[in-house]
Amino acid sequence: MSQTYEPWSAARAREIIASHLHQEGAALPMLHALQDTFGCVPRQALPLVAEALNISRAEAHGIVTFYHDFRDAPPGRHVLRLCRAEACQSMGADALAEAAQKKLGARFGETTSDGNLTIEPVYCLGLCACAPSAMLDGEPLGRASVEKIKKLLGVDA
Amino acid sequence: MKARLYIPRDAGALALGADEVAAVVAAQARLRNHDIEIVRNGSRGLYWLEPMVEVVTANGRIAYGPVQQEDVASLFDAGLLGGGSHRLRLGAPEEIAYLKRQTRLTFARCGVIDPLSLDDYRAHGGITGLECALAIKPQEIIAQVIESGLRGRGGAGFPTGLKWKTAAAAAGAPKYVCCNADEGDSGTFADRMLMEGDPFVIIEGMLIAGIAVGAAKGFIYSRSEYPHANATVAEALRLARAARLLGPNVMGSPHTFDIELRVGAGAYVCGEETAMLESIEGKRGVVRAKPPVPALSGLFGKPTVVNNVISLASVPVILDKGAAFYRDFGMGRSRGTMPIQLAGNIRYPGLFEYAFGISLGELVNDVGGGTATGRPVRAAQVGGPLGAYFPVSLFDTPFDYEAFAALDGLIGHGGVVVFDDTVDMARQARFAFQFCALESCGKCTPCRIGAVRGAETVEKIMRGERVAENLALTEDLCNTMKLGSLCALGGFAPFPVMSAIRHFPEDFDAGGRVAAE
Repeated sequence: MSQTYEPWSAARAREIIASHLHQEGAALPMLHALQDTFGCVPRQALPLVAEALNISRAEAHGIVTFYHDFRDAPPGRHVLRLCRAEACQSMGADALAEAAQKKLGARFGETTSDGNLTIEPVYCLGLCACAPSAMLDGEPLGRASVEKIKKLLGVDA
Repeated sequence: MKARLYIPRDAGALALGADEVAAVVAAQARLRNHDIEIVRNGSRGLYWLEPMVEVVTANGRIAYGPVQQEDVASLFDAGLLGGGSHRLRLGAPEEIAYLKRQTRLTFARCGVIDPLSLDDYRAHGGITGLECALAIKPQEIIAQVIESGLRGRGGAGFPTGLKWKTAAAAAGAPKYVCCNADEGDSGTFADRMLMEGDPFVIIEGMLIAGIAVGAAKGFIYSRSEYPHANATVAEALRLARAARLLGPNVMGSPHTFDIELRVGAGAYVCGEETAMLESIEGKRGVVRAKPPVPALSGLFGKPTVVNNVISLASVPVILDKGAAFYRDFGMGRSRGTMPIQLAGNIRYPGLFEYAFGISLGELVNDVGGGTATGRPVRAAQVGGPLGAYFPVSLFDTPFDYEAFAALDGLIGHGGVVVFDDTVDMARQARFAFQFCALESCGKCTPCRIGAVRGAETVEKIMRGERVAENLALTEDLCNTMKLGSLCALGGFAPFPVMSAIRHFPEDFDAGGRVAAE
């Protein structure tokens, strides 16, 4: 299931920001909602977030960049998160990561040239009892292999 | 009569195809005109058997597993709904040796009940702990938790009841209860299992904590890596509100309590309690100096109880069955049971709740069956990325806070990750530094810079550059990090590094490395 995102709209961003203002310490729920809508936290959203939270733009920038999840550009149609932590390492995660990057055509943090797939590293999905693990568009994948991932993506193995 | 089947909704089971199996089971039942009901339960934690399908028969539940979609038709042919014999038939789930051997207190209902049915929760002993708590004074609740000997299951092992006592006595309002569900340690999944398999027990534990300390608001701080757990918890919170378990006048009492789910954004350090508080406040997850402890000055500067999911989920059974019942399990100063998670390269990975005191070797070899690859076990990392690597020669170490601390290790959140003899311990040491560099909040220089320099130094050792000098430098750097970091990230990252060097010196010896390559 691929994800589509809305194009940038300041009005839409303001609406999202306003809908979270009632929460105590609203920054994270706000930023998550922005990313869910636009696929990233757009640069243009930062002044709006800063104004709403009564913090400086520098502080807003500091919050966004602290957390690994928040992107500055939308990802590809599919997002593959490959676990790189110890439990998965013990079951060959390093080799899987190498093979996946090579065969799927993107390095960690990159999107394939056709815009289909973004590969991101992740440190533990809590699927350590079926390592190596991955998550494709939010769906968990245990005992992951390049073949399984390709099958789910619908590309020829 | 409608046949009832259980197919887990647990993310680990989903990762192995549980949704596909459930869809095919439903389709097959329609095809064969069987009237069935599928309950999406949590996992019992026997992951090599997932997806595990259970059917309710006249003789109790019968389990089958691991079931793949292509097995479903043959299962129906074999009389699945009556518990018929099939090569995947496991018999009564509670009789499976792995499960039968355990003492399930905190995980008593996980995998058994429908996680989103309050009726099912009550029918299996839920809410009785809260009822007991409402019948006594707040200070008596705290006394019970202190007497139970319950210590923080997140890793630090601080007595839970003492935190409550401090927060209860602290001046300031409002007070908060924060449930730390930021389970970032590799090799751990107990919090996730409970959030997906028995979320009401977490809510009940938080309610009891709130009543005990006089807090009206709670936060569950979870992880973005756990979308399924978050969805289940969010739904459980909605159901609890609808049933007036949360909100004003909890269960008809004068107490008000509500809980908000907050999801992190991929920062490991936010599992550290003060960084978590900063994150809930909407800031960068930068660690705070202690004192003041959060119980005195926590969220928004107010008295705050911060407990791990498992600590809070262990409270209802303590109130229900009594402090002595819980305290009677365990050894030394480690009382009660610990949900241990067997992970990585292990034949029988899963959740194993057991009284403290079982040896690491028993866990890895007897319970876990050795490695999944069938090769010899070489090392086990206990307690996540900040935990020490144990060689087989130390496998007689009992699972106990103090016994692990005495060996420069920690039990942490109870994760055990097994490695076979293909592991390169120098790579593991380098990774410990790299991970620390990646996740450091940046507050303390020894952690922020030390982790980067440490990874570079181990790299040099791996290349055979001035090995003895660089090993000495690494040890010196580790000591600086240990003594000069505010929190466990910089302070404990030396544990995996130094244990790898100390117990597996052959992997750091340049001559040996060159000869092996």
